[in-house]
Amino acid sequence: MNYRRSYFIITCIAFGFAFLYIPILSMVVFSFNASKLVTVWDSANSPTLKWYYSLLHNEEILDAAWISLKVAVINASGAVILGTLAGFGLARFTRFRGRFTLNAMTTAPLVMPEVITGLSLLLLFVAMEQLIGWPAGRGLTTMTIGHMTFSMAYVTVVVQSRLASFDTALEEAAMDLGARPLKVFFVITLPIIFPAILSGWLLAFTLSWDDLVISSFTSGPGSSTLPMVVFSKVRLGVSPEINVLATITITVVTLMIVAVSFWMARASRLEKAPV
Amino acid sequence: MRRTHTLRRFGITGRGLVVALPYVWLLLFFVVPFAIVLKISFSDVDLAIPPYKPLIEWTAKNALAIKINLNNYAFLFTDSLYLNALVNSIKVAFISTLLCLAVGYPMAYGIARSTPSTRNLLLLLVILPFWTSLLLRVYAWIGLLKANGVINNVLISLGLIHEPLTMLYTPFAMYVGIVYSYLPFMILPLYANLEKMDWQLLEAAEDLGCRPYQAFYKITLPLSRNGMLAGSMLVFIPAVGEFVIPALLGGPNALMIGRVLWDEFFSNRAWPVASAVAILLLIILVPFMMWYQSVQARESAGAR
Repeated sequence: MNYRRSYFIITCIAFGFAFLYIPILSMVVFSFNASKLVTVWDSANSPTLKWYYSLLHNEEILDAAWISLKVAVINASGAVILGTLAGFGLARFTRFRGRFTLNAMTTAPLVMPEVITGLSLLLLFVAMEQLIGWPAGRGLTTMTIGHMTFSMAYVTVVVQSRLASFDTALEEAAMDLGARPLKVFFVITLPIIFPAILSGWLLAFTLSWDDLVISSFTSGPGSSTLPMVVFSKVRLGVSPEINVLATITITVVTLMIVAVSFWMARASRLEKAPV
Repeated sequence: MRRTHTLRRFGITGRGLVVALPYVWLLLFFVVPFAIVLKISFSDVDLAIPPYKPLIEWTAKNALAIKINLNNYAFLFTDSLYLNALVNSIKVAFISTLLCLAVGYPMAYGIARSTPSTRNLLLLLVILPFWTSLLLRVYAWIGLLKANGVINNVLISLGLIHEPLTMLYTPFAMYVGIVYSYLPFMILPLYANLEKMDWQLLEAAEDLGCRPYQAFYKITLPLSRNGMLAGSMLVFIPAVGEFVIPALLGGPNALMIGRVLWDEFFSNRAWPVASAVAILLLIILVPFMMWYQSVQARESAGAR
């Protein structure tokens, strides 16, 4: 296979990545700008960390971040369990009743417009409250259920594709040697798909941490998440603190992704290495 | 099949237990809600909590009365706002999908044809923005596009323009926002498809006297059809119902159906009307979702 590329393609890639990264870089740069006019560089007093200081003392944002963190962690853990079960079922059981439905139900949330999912979940919670008295009002519980429903679909895809690319020979060998199915799952399958489960957890965490629409529909009074607070601020115009928040988010995400991909590259090298 | 032979030992119960939990969860929290949306789309707006009238009532004479009214739907078709918003959303999503394809295809192609180490780095760079908040990335464009924003400042200081261009709160800004946010969703399935391609086919075509662009047009393009379809669905379907981007970049006149639904629900508290909008949107989008699923099934069948 040759790796020949034309100048046209190289130019396209360069412009494409510039398009993807210039907005992100501009937020990082302007987070150090002293001027309140965000996009007008105040060269006399910049760079400065004053907006970092003011963000870290902004009670509203800190409270919202704490709520978002709680929801995201519970959501990611629940979504990983549900998504791993669904992904395992779809990848390993070739035929069972309801396979088609399960497949459709795990694909649809990936493309469903969020306003529809959000509205339908809210109406469900209202109807359930009228019918059985639970959940009483809306808040963290309803928000977490909503997030789990759409983020488990992403976990399913990740786990399923990892299992599909992996040979069943090891599992079969273990079963031939007399291991019970449950033991095979915990001793063989789980370690194999662990990288997928980890990236599924991180993905579910991020989806929940970033979600605005479904949170807005399913949250109650006093449970505003970080994106909800950011959205109401951003609607009023640009704010230097949001640039700081973006910079912190980008830094954390970049470090996390780089660490995970190094770790996964190492794991896959070890896997391919002769035993 | 060896696999089914051995896995048969799982037995009905083991399998059932594994699949039952996600199955029941999705049935309860993803499928049943749509039935409730459908139900409420047939009821009347009421000044109560929750703001709609019950569909099924026991009347005074102990008879069960079911009141289905199509008023909400009739309303959607009489007030031109809703149909205009719907048509406009489909138009915006369609054009954005084509733009994503135009920008994303050369990128996916270039990534698939680079050396394995460069490839991993470039892929990482495509995925990275997807992991950072959509809201924050859309917000970044406000800073770039506004009247005293970065782009205008740069253009003025270069002497290319004298008056700042009006870009924010225009359809242009909305397209930029949508293409920017959904680009990774186009590139990734395209890349996954192109990566599996047998490039020797291209060499064979060129050996037989095909010009490179002809070989591309006759071989690469048809073979990547499923990748293009999958990517386009991943962009088009959610873009039709997009709320955040038109709300932040589109300005007050950006008529998008997701935003209309949001306003009906949060500003007007017209839950039945919002439900009817959701049902209408679903009726339009479900065929595309089924199409997407069949494309996905074909792709994974081709991969084995």
